Amino acid sequence: MKVLVAVKRVVDYNVKVRPKADGTDVDTANVKMSINPFCEIAVEEAVRLKEKGVVSEIVAVSMGPKQCQEQIRTALALGADRGIQVETDAELQPLAVAKCLKALVEKEEPQLVILGKQSIDGDNNQTGQMLAALTGMGQGTFASEVNVEEGSVKVTREVDGGLQTVELSLPAVVTTDLRLNEPRYASLPNIMKAKKKPLDTTTPDELGVDIAPRTKTLKVEPPAERQAGIKVADVAELVEKLKSEAKVI
Amino acid sequence: MSILVIAEHDNAELKGATLNTIAAAKAIGGDIDVLVAGSGCGAVGEAAAKVAGVSKVLVADSAIYEHQLAENVAKLVADLGKNYSHVLAPATTTGKNMLPRAAALLDVQPISDIIAVESPDTFKRPIYAGNVIATVQSSDAIKVASVRATAFDPVAAEGGSAAVESVSAADDAAVSKFVGEELAESDRPELTAARVVISGGRGMQNGENFELLYKVADKLGAAVGASRAAVDAGFVPNDMQVGQTGKIVAPDLYIAVGISGAIQHLAGMKDSKVIVAINKDEEAPIFSVADYGLVADLFDAVPELETKL
Ligand SMILES: Cc1cc2nc3c(=O)[nH]c(=O)nc-3n(C[C@H](O)[C@H](O)[C@H](O)COP(=O)(O)OP(=O)(O)OC[C@H]3O[C@@H](n4cnc5c(N)ncnc54)[C@H](O)[C@@H]3O)c2cc1C
Ligand SMILES: Cc1cc2nc3c(=O)[nH]c(=O)nc-3n(C[C@H](O)[C@H](O)[C@H](O)COP(=O)(O)OP(=O)(O)OC[C@H]3O[C@@H](n4cnc5c(N)ncnc54)[C@H](O)[C@@H]3O)c2cc1C
Repeated sequence: MKVLVAVKRVVDYNVKVRPKADGTDVDTANVKMSINPFCEIAVEEAVRLKEKGVVSEIVAVSMGPKQCQEQIRTALALGADRGIQVETDAELQPLAVAKCLKALVEKEEPQLVILGKQSIDGDNNQTGQMLAALTGMGQGTFASEVNVEEGSVKVTREVDGGLQTVELSLPAVVTTDLRLNEPRYASLPNIMKAKKKPLDTTTPDELGVDIAPRTKTLKVEPPAERQAGIKVADVAELVEKLKSEAKVI
Repeated sequence: MSILVIAEHDNAELKGATLNTIAAAKAIGGDIDVLVAGSGCGAVGEAAAKVAGVSKVLVADSAIYEHQLAENVAKLVADLGKNYSHVLAPATTTGKNMLPRAAALLDVQPISDIIAVESPDTFKRPIYAGNVIATVQSSDAIKVASVRATAFDPVAAEGGSAAVESVSAADDAAVSKFVGEELAESDRPELTAARVVISGGRGMQNGENFELLYKVADKLGAAVGASRAAVDAGFVPNDMQVGQTGKIVAPDLYIAVGISGAIQHLAGMKDSKVIVAINKDEEAPIFSVADYGLVADLFDAVPELETKL
């Protein structure tokens, strides 16, 4: 069966992002960009399913400006077979991403679509659920275990109370959580090979999707700063301060 | 304006996060209806009717809602949501799973994790692990938003007398089935609702050593949390993870033990009223957000803390 994996280009998780001085946007000039960590987990899961013989083809998709081809190449180096870039320089919101993915699902007819549960820039945690809604598929979000069976997939999900397992009929949407797997590093030969793998480009227009934003960011600002605290000398002083100064115990 | 709030519950009890979500609805203004979708959930409907400020409670009682499968609940929420100006749900794993699905069915771009209401169409929300706060305006006809519970003080659970109405279930989407669950059993307070939280990180070294934290927790009536590193290493289960991609907490007192203070961890706890850090590395970034920092070996400091409480 075929798997579609969505990979997003985001500011690397080690970068501490700041708003621009004029508050119009975040300052992402010259910062390191990477594949979203949850998307890396999504690619790894697809590759493992292929290694188990469950999956025959992995298609990696990314949406955004030309540079997001780098993240598709990363996915190809990790083991995806081919890539599709939906090229646009416009701002993409999750509903628009989900609509583009739906158009690709109709074309490619994958049995499974794997996405990250959230991207670490927008922190929306929406795209997978919205794709599932638009295609009528079942959704296994925040997955920590995925088992493909005959015509269905069992997904164990990380929920507030612990773990929940659901069974979805195929095709289905899965979004990854941190404990699903530990992604491998791409080897140099695989990085070289990835350069030769096919990468097609399309656009939201060609897919017939209206990506006009529905929300507008009016302002971005830093969060309220915490006042600097003090160091206490020992446990006795700590307990004293918590009792008489902070009055929290 | 009229607002539909989706209740968080387990078919027996109305969960606290619902009260914070109703508080966000109040900040928007207008009539507030609460939807209880579940199975055998009559008592939850009764409880919701008593909440201060609620106009009407809609109860959809059907076996297909027993386990809150998003495929089914989202359909119902989208059907009912058409009649409202706003649809809100708590930003719990249940809300985050269901609400975007309902929004897509309504052709709406939802707004995740709101922490403030600026006006009926404009909200604040954290992005980039809370390093940036964005003010976002929605142009959709129906505003769909999930609410970060820690940012809104809960409304009173008593004092209201709303009418309870039953609504019929939507069709079974029939693409998903509940198989089973493993829920953490604990006598301690729930992490996101506790007044005091004590969390351990990689510095704890193993799961057995968390016993040190449980002892302190029991003296303080605290919940116990963890960093991602402690969860990944298998010291404790996933439901204890605090952070950008785990649970968001804002207790009166947060005690971080053997946690370095990565931005992803800070994102989940830096709105706590008082923060204590115990770490043997005086350069650890956690000290930059701590009100009281103790540079010490946790294996000395934590047992001593327990005896001094
Ligand atoms: C102030 C501000 C300004 C912004 N300006 C711009 C801008 O000018 N241009 C712009 O492009 N973005 C911009 N963005 C980012 C954009 O708004 C969000 O990233 C977008 O809303 C997507 O949300 P998300 O990735 O958090 O979704 P989530 O639902 O959290 O993503 C979950 C998963 O969906 C998949 N996915 C999401 N997006 C893509 C994608 N593009 N390609 C492939 N898979 C994907 C991935 O698998 C990902 O793990 C801006 C954001 C902010 C905060
Ligand atoms: C996509 C993504 C999402 C993430 N989401 C989260 C999240 O939600 N929550 C989260 O917590 N992290 C998250 N992380 C991980 C985060 O980046 C850090 O790796 C993690 O928080 C580190 O955990 P830690 O502080 O326990 O471990 P470390 O950084 O290893 O720190 C251990 C600390 O313990 C101290 N220590 C060791 N021994 C002792 C002792 N005997 N006495 C006293 N102190 C001692 C050390 O000095 C050190 O400061 C995420 C990362 C990514 C990439």
